[in-house]
Amino acid sequence: MKITSDQSKRYQAVVNETMPKSNVLAQVLKAFLVGGIICCIGEGINKIGVLLLDMDEKTISGFVSVVMIFLGALLTGIGVYDKIGNFAGAGSIVPITGFANSIVAPAMEHKVEGFVLGVGAQLFSLAGPVLVYGTIASIVVGVIAFFVR
Amino acid sequence: MGHRKIGKQTITFTNSPRVVAAGTVVGHFEEQGALSGHFDKVITDDKWGEKSFELCERKMYENAVCIAIEKAGKTTQDVDVLLGGDLLNQIISAGYAARSLELPFLGLYGACSTIIEASLVGSILVDSECANSVACAASSHFSTAERQFRMPLELGTQPTPTAQRTVTGAGCLLISKDSDNTSKATQPECFENVYITQATIGRVVDLGITDGNNMGAAMAPAAADTLLMHLEDTGHSVNDYDLIVTGDLGTFGSKMFYMLCEEKGVSVADLHLDCGTTIYLPSQKVVCGASGCGCASVVLGSYLLKRIEAGDIKKIFMMATGALMSPVAGLQGETIPGIAHGIVLERRA
Repeated sequence: MKITSDQSKRYQAVVNETMPKSNVLAQVLKAFLVGGIICCIGEGINKIGVLLLDMDEKTISGFVSVVMIFLGALLTGIGVYDKIGNFAGAGSIVPITGFANSIVAPAMEHKVEGFVLGVGAQLFSLAGPVLVYGTIASIVVGVIAFFVR
Repeated sequence: MGHRKIGKQTITFTNSPRVVAAGTVVGHFEEQGALSGHFDKVITDDKWGEKSFELCERKMYENAVCIAIEKAGKTTQDVDVLLGGDLLNQIISAGYAARSLELPFLGLYGACSTIIEASLVGSILVDSECANSVACAASSHFSTAERQFRMPLELGTQPTPTAQRTVTGAGCLLISKDSDNTSKATQPECFENVYITQATIGRVVDLGITDGNNMGAAMAPAAADTLLMHLEDTGHSVNDYDLIVTGDLGTFGSKMFYMLCEEKGVSVADLHLDCGTTIYLPSQKVVCGASGCGCASVVLGSYLLKRIEAGDIKKIFMMATGALMSPVAGLQGETIPGIAHGIVLERRA
């Protein structure tokens, strides 16, 4: 059915005006709280590495990442991370545990299609863009740094 | 044989196709909702003993059809055609169910409007004496739909304020010619007095909504268009009906639906019931309500038809609304077109 663009513009304006909105302040506070807690846990693991395991600066960053990724994957696997995400929004998406979640979730979902074309092909369906553009950005930054220095 | 087509998009049935039985199967989340106890079968868990969610949905589809046929005291041999579909690519739930039911099959896709699309085509077959009995069924499953249209289940994301939850459910209507001898004497769970008297085929309407999480707003213009066209074609007013039903507009979509009708001078709010806001309880926190092919199917099959049979409501205009959205088209910048088909369900003693 042909709709005049006037009519559709008017409708979209009404929809945008009347549709229920998220409470941004509450969301931001929740994200800050949960994101902060995740970072504190990371910091705690860092301290364990320094004080108990006698790690140096370089080893420790890898150690913290590995432990946090493991925790994110574990919580996804036992069905807890989606509930945290439902509450925290970006607070649990942005930290590295969220990255683990974005890899494990599609892997679990596509297991029934087999390990090659299911898990293998879908593993990075969400994290892929992050990796691609993260890598490109680091190349660009690296080249600039090379000439600027 | 009288003229069946009236106005632009409406058909009047002259041989009174009759809804003789309905079968519904739902998930446990739906059973915990507002219509608890109305459904024929509740699945034990989201996979119902199957290997995948898709296989579960197929099994629910088959079961809904079998229950409807059983309630009418018939066998699959008595059914001439199975019509229907679901939300998955290549409508696999319906297609594979038709394979095991061994019924002649017409697969239909109208997104969440499928159950009414099927009932409409089924009624035409029965009314024109091309079939004696047809089974019209549609299904959806929360977990298969999330994967088809959105994100993996375990991904930690937040629902948007206009999100709706896909119903895990399958519903089937068995439509037979009026002379069918199914009666309450032998089949206590069949329907004796529910007839489909008119149907309005909907147009695809698109007012430019692009947010896949705001399907209520995308479908409301189609629902309003079909209702207004039905009233124009038949000369009826909304007050000729006890209820104007929509499939899954949700709370926000319903609001837009009222506004669009109001603009044309038709006031529906008092007569309106939306299946999407009926099936769940507020305590279930589903944001704007329910959606999915299963939504209209199970609310109609388990609740509305029983009320018509009981005489508690006598005449309704039942529309199921579909958002013809595709993740591919969405990524390519397309908007979400909506469609709504309507049938008039009437009690005749």
